Amino acid sequence: MTQAQAEPREPRRPEPRVPTASLRPIADDAFTYDHAKHLLNRAGFGGTPQQIRALADWGPEKAVDHLLNTEAITTYPDNGAESFAADIMRPLTQREQQQYREALRSGDEDAAARFRQRRQQMQRSDREQIRDMQQWWLARMIETPKPLEEKMTLFWHSHFASGYRKVENSIHLYMQNRMFRELALGNFGDLLFRIIRDPAMLKYLDNDTNRARSPNENLAREIMELFSLGEGSYSENDIKNGAKALTGYTYEGNDFYFNDDQHDATIKRVLGKQGNLDGDGFVRAILEQPACAQYISQKLYRHFTGEFPEERSEHGRVTLRVIRQLASTMRKARYSIKPVLKQLFLSEHFYDPILRANSIKSPAELVVGAVRTLNTPVRDLTVLNDAMGLMGQTLFQPPNVAGWSGERTWINTSTIYVRQNAVTYLLTGRTPAGLDATAATDPYDPAPLLDDLEKSDPGAQRDPDKVVRYLLNVTLAGTPSQTRINTLKTFIDNAGGRVTKGVITGLLALIAALPEYQLK
Amino acid sequence: MDLHNAHSYTRRAFLARGVTLASASLTVPYFIQKSALAMTRPLGLSSQAGVPEDRVLVVVQLGGGNDGLNTLIPFADDAYYNARPGIAIPRDQVLRLSRNSDVGLHPSLDGLKSLYDDGLAAIVQGAGYPNPNRSHFASMDIWHTADSSGVGEGWLGKYFDAQCHGNPDADKAALEGHAGITIGREAPSAMIGREYKPVSFETADLFRWTGRELHDALNQPYDDIVHTEVDQEIEEMSPEHAFLMRTAMDARVASDKIRNAMDQRPLVNYPGNGLARQLAMVGSMIRAGLETRVYYVTLGGFDTHRGQGGVNGSHSNLMNQVGSSLRAFYNDLQAQGNDGRVMTMMFSEFGRRVGQNASNGTDHGTAAPMFLMGPMVNPGLHSRYPSLTDLDQGDLKHTIDFRTVYAAALENWLGADAKKVLDKPYKPANVIKRA
Repeated sequence: MTQAQAEPREPRRPEPRVPTASLRPIADDAFTYDHAKHLLNRAGFGGTPQQIRALADWGPEKAVDHLLNTEAITTYPDNGAESFAADIMRPLTQREQQQYREALRSGDEDAAARFRQRRQQMQRSDREQIRDMQQWWLARMIETPKPLEEKMTLFWHSHFASGYRKVENSIHLYMQNRMFRELALGNFGDLLFRIIRDPAMLKYLDNDTNRARSPNENLAREIMELFSLGEGSYSENDIKNGAKALTGYTYEGNDFYFNDDQHDATIKRVLGKQGNLDGDGFVRAILEQPACAQYISQKLYRHFTGEFPEERSEHGRVTLRVIRQLASTMRKARYSIKPVLKQLFLSEHFYDPILRANSIKSPAELVVGAVRTLNTPVRDLTVLNDAMGLMGQTLFQPPNVAGWSGERTWINTSTIYVRQNAVTYLLTGRTPAGLDATAATDPYDPAPLLDDLEKSDPGAQRDPDKVVRYLLNVTLAGTPSQTRINTLKTFIDNAGGRVTKGVITGLLALIAALPEYQLK
Repeated sequence: MDLHNAHSYTRRAFLARGVTLASASLTVPYFIQKSALAMTRPLGLSSQAGVPEDRVLVVVQLGGGNDGLNTLIPFADDAYYNARPGIAIPRDQVLRLSRNSDVGLHPSLDGLKSLYDDGLAAIVQGAGYPNPNRSHFASMDIWHTADSSGVGEGWLGKYFDAQCHGNPDADKAALEGHAGITIGREAPSAMIGREYKPVSFETADLFRWTGRELHDALNQPYDDIVHTEVDQEIEEMSPEHAFLMRTAMDARVASDKIRNAMDQRPLVNYPGNGLARQLAMVGSMIRAGLETRVYYVTLGGFDTHRGQGGVNGSHSNLMNQVGSSLRAFYNDLQAQGNDGRVMTMMFSEFGRRVGQNASNGTDHGTAAPMFLMGPMVNPGLHSRYPSLTDLDQGDLKHTIDFRTVYAAALENWLGADAKKVLDKPYKPANVIKRA
């Protein structure tokens, strides 16, 4: 086995161009169709040509305010509670527990079996309900007039990850989801105070077994490592004491419950704060750390730009500078999220060409974005939900407590097929197994997608060159290459030369198979 | 909680920026940039004529932190029973490794026990590393990178990278682009190199583009799209774009071959569980003669903080999956005549605390046994069982560094330069027979 001694691929070229570090607002007249498209791709799930044009016409200030000020949009309800059962997983009553114990003690196998069967039945029903909830949420992302609200709800779900396999209680995850939506663009401190009272999280990270005499450190550790400070900003001792502060934080039924008997009321010392700290004291100690705003700003920044800081390159140092400024904004705003996002979304930095088409769509962005941008039928939410799972993103089931890793980890040689095939399915109703019932009843109509072209250039929708350029411009985050334009035009030629509905569908299936379609 | 090929934040960040390709061959997919992975001389490993000679490593990752103490049970030690009143395995139920042995396997590991009895299993006791990290992600990263900081490329990824560099004789595996195959949705970072990206998929029938069935006129443009060369400008200006182009090209090449392999029915019956399903797929690919060097499968669910059970219960069910699947896998390989080519290595990111917790479960711990399987291993027990009384904050002290086992797999099985791959000289553990 030999290995080249000096690796020739280490670049010896000049430093590549780096993005501007300027967080000054972008000028009105610099804000074009492409800028509006970028904003909608990142702060939403993409948009139709008409929506992109509307935002471009409004200019940056109004466009960003429209996305951020979700409370101004009152036409979309924020619930689904009436359709979900709240008591599927209700625990046994005291009387039932007594009966069960009695059955076990007296060896009454039939009675004991009835209790076990009841539990299995509950679990089956609950698994059905979590599937309904996955589809309910996916439908919200597809429908919502407030895309940033859903996008931030998903961000918090990945940040404060809780998964169904461990929680095993759909209504608890639903309540958590509503909390994330309520605080989607709210205050990070509020989120932390709420998360230590959230039944799904208390179960997911075992805090329901965190008791004064036998502390369980799981929640305290992950709050510091993953939810607020990041590794290196706390000690093992802080974790031990934080766990003590969280003892007795548990739940009963669907409600938070503070179990005084199990709470450790001794003096603790966390991050330099000393006293008889409870969970709130623990959270306050964390929020006083400058590292917290830095860590949260970095995660938000990564979520919306795909970039991360590092010291080794000028590009990475620019990223670091920008994150520090955002963190400073967050601290001044006492952990309000909106001012931070507003500063980012308005900034010259955010629209730098280097930061466009540089990030890989999440499965949710891919699926929801295809429906919203191409105006396809939604078809069967079950199929879409399964496809997202195969792409690595099952809602209410992040892979672990660190949430979804994102970016390149979404892509491998098999997810790339699932991604291409999901869009083919939306366009045609075709699955790997065959044709879906919706294929016949719900054909794709490309007319709305082409409206904008026809309005600005009557007759253009029959011109292969113009149609190809238009479709690529709408669907790709980056600039299409001449090679791609030629390939797609050759397809039109081979398919008969006329731009029919079927040809448009074929073009879009091919576009979705472009590697660069995965970029946002 | 299921641990599914986790990446830590730092590691993710590292990967996302770290991959820059600027070799002379800017126009080809990842797999052609690599060259030989072949062992050049016949090794006499296969027991049937016409069966390839190449050596294969199968890695089985138990995610979540497998309870080593209830896997390989120190039943002669009272300290074990004192520490675990609710979950200990009673002495008379332990599968003793031999009459004189004072350790034995969980009763649900009868499949693994039969491999052991056949001389096909090596058990490395007390595997771990210094300054153990009890975070799933940090510890898994350490196992994946073989680096104490958990930062850098995966150890198998580095193996692939090292094989590819400076070796002019491109062999078939390199050309086919599936030197490493991962079963699952996400590739574990262990398999991801600076240049090498493994093929990964969950089921083979999803491994093709459905658009082909819409209209014949779509086939040529689709192939053109997938085979577009990565030019200098994309390479430099848009690394994510270049990454996507190469992955799409790799997918296309691997697709046909792997789907054909899966069409065959296995020669033996596998049990109906998730690990068995994955190992059956691996068995089919080995049988079909894929040139793959490393297969990687994962089983999650080992994070048994509560109610893990003893002889029965959730941990016992996992043990049963593991034992029965591995036994079926080697039965399959034996029926194929391929068993001599395939070594299996099984690990978890950490073991669990010696003492059980108040929820009849166990919390994150440290050292635990590793398992190696196949006729090439030095069968039996290796290293020594960590003391249950001389503890470090309630945790076992490791008695062997897991990287010495990696070094053995690299050096004595795959024939690689372990020092180059692991960056440090680890003396290979004596777990593999020498020719």
